[in-house]
Amino acid sequence: MRITDFDVYKDLLREKSGLNLSPEKSSLLESRLSPIAKKWGYASMEIMAVALQGVPDKKLINLINDVVEAMTTNDTSFMRDVTPFTLMRDTMLPYFISKRARQKKIHIWSAACASGQEPYSIAITLKDKGLPPSWKVEITATDISRDSIDRAKMGVFSQFEVQRGLSIHTLLKHFTQDEDKWILHNDISKMVKFDYFNLLDDMKKMGKFDIIFCRNVLLLFDEKMRKTVLGKLTQHLEPDGFLVLGKSENTIGLSEDLKPIQGSSGVHAFRDSLHHVN
Amino acid sequence: MKKACLIVDDSRVVRKVARRIAADLGFECIEAEDGDKAFQSCQQSLPDVVILDWNMPVMSGAEFLEKLRHLKNGDHPKVIFCTTENTATQLQRAIKAGADEYIMKPFDSEVIESKFRQIGLIK
Repeated sequence: MRITDFDVYKDLLREKSGLNLSPEKSSLLESRLSPIAKKWGYASMEIMAVALQGVPDKKLINLINDVVEAMTTNDTSFMRDVTPFTLMRDTMLPYFISKRARQKKIHIWSAACASGQEPYSIAITLKDKGLPPSWKVEITATDISRDSIDRAKMGVFSQFEVQRGLSIHTLLKHFTQDEDKWILHNDISKMVKFDYFNLLDDMKKMGKFDIIFCRNVLLLFDEKMRKTVLGKLTQHLEPDGFLVLGKSENTIGLSEDLKPIQGSSGVHAFRDSLHHVN
Repeated sequence: MKKACLIVDDSRVVRKVARRIAADLGFECIEAEDGDKAFQSCQQSLPDVVILDWNMPVMSGAEFLEKLRHLKNGDHPKVIFCTTENTATQLQRAIKAGADEYIMKPFDSEVIESKFRQIGLIK
C-alpha cells in the first residue's frame, strides 16, 4: 500500500474512533480491510482509499462505519483475565452491598463490550454471587460497532466462544445447547442493556457508575486521546467506584487521581478511596 | 520442576496437537493411546493433569478415570475430558464421572490455556 493511502486510513480512523495507527500496523490494516473492500466491490485497498475521500453521502457513511468497525473490533472472551471478576465478586460487590445498603442499586458500564462476553460475564458473576432480591442491578454495555452490539444482544455463542473462559459448570448452569450453538438464559441476558456508543462522543447521557470496565481500548489511542477519554470516564465514576482497564494498561502519566489495586490485573480506584480495598 | 500433563487419546494427531499446546504452556507431556496404557503410566507416576478422550479401545476414558481415582493420591490429577461428543448430556455425564473440566473438540491453544487457568494449573 502506498504511504498516501495508508495516511487516508490513518486519518479517518483517528478522527472517527481515536485509533492510533502506527506504520507497523499496515499488515493488520490490510488483513482487516481487504474483506471490506471486497464486500463493497473495490478491487483494492487503494481504490477504496480514493472512495473514502469522496462526497459524504449515505453510502460513504456506511462504508466508513464498516471500515471503523473492522479496525476497532477486538478479541474478547468470557471471564477474560479472570482476576477482575474474582475481585468484583470478593471485594467490590461486598463493599457496595455494605455502602449502598440504602440505595440498593449497583450500576456497571462495560464501555467496549464487543460481542457481549464481558457484560454477560459481569451479569453471571453478579447472579452467582446472589445479590439480595430487593437490589437493582443495571449493566450498561456499549460498543462502537453496531454489528457487535446486534450479535451481543442475541446472546448466542459458538462452542469455541463458550469454551474460552467459561467453566463447564457455568456453561451448563447458564446456557442451553442448540445444535452447535449455546444460548444464554434469559435471566442473565435481560440484566444487560446494550447500546451503540463511541467513546469520543459526549458522555453526558451516560450517568454515574460504580464500576466501569474499559479494557484494552485506551492502548489503541495516542497519549492525548488516552488522557481525554480517561478523564471523561473518571467523571462518570462514583468517588468510591472502580475503573477496570486491561491487564497491561495503566494510568501512569495520564491521571494523578487513579491508582491501581495491587495484583488486580488492571483494576483502578481513586487514590482517596483506595483504603476500602487495601 | 515442570508440571506433568498426561494426554490420553487414540488419535495420534490429537495427541500431537495437545502435546504441542501443553508444552508451550510449560508442561512436561506424556502420551498414552488408550486408558490401559494411561493407567499404567499413572501407577508409575501421577501427572498433575490428564487430558482424556472418552471413547478409546481397551479401556474407555470413564473406566480409566474411575480406576485413577482409586489409586493412592489418585484425586491429585486434574482431569479434563476432551471429546467430540459435545452434547449437554455428555458434559453432565463427564462431570458426574469425576472430571474437573471438559474440552469440546475441535479445540485450539486458547481453549486449553483457558481450561488450565480455570482449574488453577496456570496463573
